Amino acid sequence: MANKSSIGDVINEKDSTLRDKKYNDYVKQVTPKFSCFRNCINAFIVGGIICTIGQVFFNLFMNFGLGEETAAAYNIIVLILISIILTCLNIYPTLAKFGGAGTVVPITGFANGVVSPALEYKTEGQVFGIGCKLFIIAGPVILYGVFSAWVLGLIYWILKVLHWV
Amino acid sequence: MAQSSKIYGKQSILFENPPYVLGCGSIAGKKEAEGPLGSYFDLTNDDPLFSKKTWEEAESELQRLACDMALKKAGLESKEIRYLFGGDLLGQLIATSFGIISLEIPMFGVYGACSTMGESLSLAAMAIDGGFAEKTMAVTSSHFAGAEKQFRFPLEYGSQRPYSTTWTVTGSGATILGKTKTKNALDIVVKGITTGKVVDYGVKDSMNMGACMAPAAADVIYANLKDLDRKPEYYDRIITGDLGVIGKEITIDILREKGYDITEQYMDCGIEIFNPEEQDTHSGGSGCGCSAITLNGYVMEMLRRKEWNRVLFIPTGALLSPTSYNEGHSVPGIAHGVILETV
Repeated sequence: MANKSSIGDVINEKDSTLRDKKYNDYVKQVTPKFSCFRNCINAFIVGGIICTIGQVFFNLFMNFGLGEETAAAYNIIVLILISIILTCLNIYPTLAKFGGAGTVVPITGFANGVVSPALEYKTEGQVFGIGCKLFIIAGPVILYGVFSAWVLGLIYWILKVLHWV
Repeated sequence: MAQSSKIYGKQSILFENPPYVLGCGSIAGKKEAEGPLGSYFDLTNDDPLFSKKTWEEAESELQRLACDMALKKAGLESKEIRYLFGGDLLGQLIATSFGIISLEIPMFGVYGACSTMGESLSLAAMAIDGGFAEKTMAVTSSHFAGAEKQFRFPLEYGSQRPYSTTWTVTGSGATILGKTKTKNALDIVVKGITTGKVVDYGVKDSMNMGACMAPAAADVIYANLKDLDRKPEYYDRIITGDLGVIGKEITIDILREKGYDITEQYMDCGIEIFNPEEQDTHSGGSGCGCSAITLNGYVMEMLRRKEWNRVLFIPTGALLSPTSYNEGHSVPGIAHGVILETV
């Protein structure tokens, strides 16, 4: 149940920790929020469209006679290129504003997260600007992505040693 | 020791010889020019870089233009100004330092986050009434892109802004004060000030700055009315800096609870400066520039026309840095009240 606090409760509260808590509850009541349901629908539509475009390219490359793995790699490269172009044209932020997680989760979101710092920090030079700042958004994803893969690999190896898989 | 006759209550001053506003300048970007107050600004530019190479250089250029405009309108030269009080939002105040080099005015750099216009104006007025200067200048600025880069994400990064966020104003405002009236001086004086305390109610959401700063604003308004034994009706307008729609509601609520109803007089620069539906600015405008250009463009003009005669101007600042935020600290607020009256 959400706590209800009026501003009177807040300013009449003598204990500062309790006052802060009551104020935060009060702020929550007066701050408008995005509709979660509408956000989910938008994300579903935009994310679905991006993935469908990916599928179209994948099928196209398969039709060219490429193997499944090569076709998947080319497909990713094309999606990244499209995302980079849309980022440079300042169109991707508009898509993201509408689509939310639908634009963040696919590989296009990752490309946007890498290219946008490059554009922003190029004025600070090739090394300290682009070089140091390129991964300020994508860096944590790479780090914890690789780390999670390592942990899962370890679990898989242990299970294998124990002949459970 | 006898208390000076200028000092009132705990936080307020009424000047013995209230300094005159000799001139003011406001420079704004494209989005601000398209907003409801667009026609009040002295100079606007469609180029967000203001013919410079970086956002930071652009913001410095904004300050230089604002100072030059204020000097031009006051009919003064920079060497006639004894002290300059200035600041901005960028790390180590680089917009100010680089922007005002060419003016060659002895300078104090001040940081009050988005309350800087009130802080610098307070100090500029105190320097004059204290007898330390004949003429002083106060300046501040903010730039949307520079602020986003420092406090949030790169501009082209795709993300959703919550409804409680504000839009940093691209603009700079400068005010020149003087001990005696000059030919071009406006019939406006800085009657007094109420200096704010750092107020922290434990809000950690930096995307809801209005809620972080509202208690500080309410604290200063309350102190001003108490210290000077006034009712809100004394003022034609009580104008906060950049609380936005959420902060406005909270400020009015707090003061009502404390026994003052300011609904009639209340105005917020952040709410006035943009049209939230058409311009997609959510809670309103923010940044040092928000209150600075609203004051030097719109408010001064209303005082000059004598449509308002007494104004309490209270820019509000959120005292956070990307480091304090990442380390899990709350966002304390501060506000600085300046009383402007026509003569």
